[in-house]
Amino acid sequence: MGGLPADLWQAVWLTIELASITTVILLAIGTPIAWWLARSKAWWTEAIAAVIALPLVLPPTVLGFYLLVTLGPNGPGGLIAGLWGGRTLAFTFEGLVFGSVLYAMPFVVQPIRNAFAAIGDRPLEVAATLRASPRRAFWTVAVPLARPGFLAGAVLGFAHTVGEFGLVLMIGGNIPGRTKVLSVAIFDYVEASRWREASVLAGGMVIFAFAVILTMTLIEKRSAGLRR
Amino acid sequence: MKADGSGHIEAVFRGSLGGFSLDATFSAPATGVTVIFGPSGCGKTTVARCLAGLQFLPGSFCAIDGDIWQDQSTFRKAHQRPVGYVFQEASLFSHLSVKRNLLYGAPRASGASSDRVGFDEVIDLLGLARLMERSPHHLSGGERQRVAIGRALLSQPKLLLMDEPLSALDRLTKNEILPFLERLHARLSLPVIYISHDMAEIERLADHLILMQHGSVIGAGPLAVLQSDPALPLAAARDAAISLDATVEAYDASYGLLTLQVEGGRLLVPAPSVAVGTRQRLRISASDVSLARTAPQANSILTVLPARIVSSSVLGHGEVIAVLALGSEGHGATLLARITRRSRDLLGLADGMPVFAQVKAVSLVSGAAGNASP
Repeated sequence: MGGLPADLWQAVWLTIELASITTVILLAIGTPIAWWLARSKAWWTEAIAAVIALPLVLPPTVLGFYLLVTLGPNGPGGLIAGLWGGRTLAFTFEGLVFGSVLYAMPFVVQPIRNAFAAIGDRPLEVAATLRASPRRAFWTVAVPLARPGFLAGAVLGFAHTVGEFGLVLMIGGNIPGRTKVLSVAIFDYVEASRWREASVLAGGMVIFAFAVILTMTLIEKRSAGLRR
Repeated sequence: MKADGSGHIEAVFRGSLGGFSLDATFSAPATGVTVIFGPSGCGKTTVARCLAGLQFLPGSFCAIDGDIWQDQSTFRKAHQRPVGYVFQEASLFSHLSVKRNLLYGAPRASGASSDRVGFDEVIDLLGLARLMERSPHHLSGGERQRVAIGRALLSQPKLLLMDEPLSALDRLTKNEILPFLERLHARLSLPVIYISHDMAEIERLADHLILMQHGSVIGAGPLAVLQSDPALPLAAARDAAISLDATVEAYDASYGLLTLQVEGGRLLVPAPSVAVGTRQRLRISASDVSLARTAPQANSILTVLPARIVSSSVLGHGEVIAVLALGSEGHGATLLARITRRSRDLLGLADGMPVFAQVKAVSLVSGAAGNASP
C-alpha cells in the first residue's frame, strides 16, 4: 500500500472520522426522536417526520446551500463560531459534521422508529405491570427489542455519510486534512487525471458498499428469524 | 367515596373510549377469585386495564383493600401499582430467557418476608423447573402462559389480574393449565380478578362473579347467588347450573360412591376415590334436578334432598326454573331445578313450599377427580 500517496490516506481517515462521529451523534439524538415519532399520537407527528425525511428527496446541493448560509459568518453558525474566536462554521470539520448529521438523519431515525413501532405497546405495558418505570422499560425492553433497527440505522447512517458528495462540496471547501473527504477526493483525482488513485478509491467504495448491503441483509434476516 | 373499604376491591370506572361508553361500578372481596364475565365487547378488558392503571378514565375511582389507586386527585401509574397482569397472549420478553422473564418484575431486595411468594414455590406450582434456560421462542403456548403467570406472581402483587389467560389456547392446553390455576387458588391468598367469557372456567375457578353487559355491571356477588338469580341471564340459560363447594365426607369403595357434604345436605356421587376432608367443587345442572312433593319410594336416584322453593319463574317454552334452598327449613345451599310448567301446576308447587329435590347427576369440576383418574 506504500505506493499510494499520503493525501489519499488522509482523505480515507478523515472520511472514517467524519462518518464515525456523525453516526455516534445520530444514535444519541436520533434515538429519542425515533422514540417520540414511534409513540406520539399528535397529529403533527408526521409533519415532523417529513421535515426529518427531507434530505431523502432534496438534492444535497440544496441542503448544502442553506447550510452554507446558516453556517457562514452572517448566519447563526458564524455567531457560534465566534464563541471560540472563529469566523464561520462553513469550511470546517465541525460544519461538515453538522451537515452530515442533518443529511444522514432520516437514514438513522427511520429504521429505529420502525423498530420501536414494531414492538407495539404490549411489551411496555407488560414491563409497567411488572413495576418497571418508563425509563427502565425503555432500556431493558424497548432498546433490546429494537436492536436490529439500531444496527440498521448505524450502518446506513455511516454509509450515507461516507458516500455524500454534493453537500460536502457545498459546505466543506475541499481543504485537505480538514474537509477533504473520500468522495471529493475521487473527483479531484479524476480532474487531475490521477486515475490510479481514483480507481483504488472507487474500487474500495464498491467493496464497502457491498459489505454494507450484505450486513444489512444479514441483520434483517436475523431479526426476522428472532421474531419467528 | 370513602377510603375505608379495607378487605374490598372498590371500583367505579366511567368514561367513553372511541364510541364505547363504560359505566362499571362494583365492589368485590379482596380475597379469592372474582371473575368478570360477559360477552366480548362488554368492557371486561377495559375494566382490567383501568384496575392496572394501563388505561386512564378521568373521574373514575378505584381502591384495593383500602389503598386508593385512583380518585379525583390521584392516579397511580401502572408501574406504581402492585398488580400482576396476565394478558391474553403470554407476551413474554422475547430477548430474555424464561428465568430472566420470571425475575424481571421480582423485587431486588430478597428479604424473606413471610407473605411473599417464593421463587421455588412458583416454579413448583407452575411446573417450570425444566424450562428455565429456554428462550420463549421454544415454548408451547401453554408453557408460555404458565411462565407469564409465574412472572406476574413473582412481582409480588397485591392483586392479580388475568385477562382471558386461556382464551388463546386450544382445549387440550386449557385443560393442562386449569389445574395449575386451581392450585394457585388453593395455595395462595392473593386476590385474583379473572376476566372470562367461558362458563366452564367460571364454574371451576370463581368464588365471586361480576356480570357485565354493554359496558355496565348487571350483577355482582358470590357465584351461586348470581347463578340462581332469576333476574340475571345465567339462571335462564339453557345450561343453567349451580356451582357448590363440598367437603368429601366418606368414600364407599364397594360401590365406588363418594359422600359429599354441602350446606344443608349430602350428595352421593359415583366417582374415583378422593381423600376424606378434601374440598371439592361441584356443578349441578338445573336440568338434572327434579322435584317431588313427597319423599319418593323405590327410586334409582340416590340423592334426594329435602329443600324449600325460594322462588320460581317461567322461562317461556312451558318451563319453569325453580330456585331451591336445601334443608327442610330451607337454610342450606342453593340449587336450581328446571321443570315443566305443567308439572308445577300438577304438583301445585308454590314459593316457600317444602319439596324433595332429586339430583340425577353431579359433576366434580375441580382437581384431579374432575377427570376419571385410575
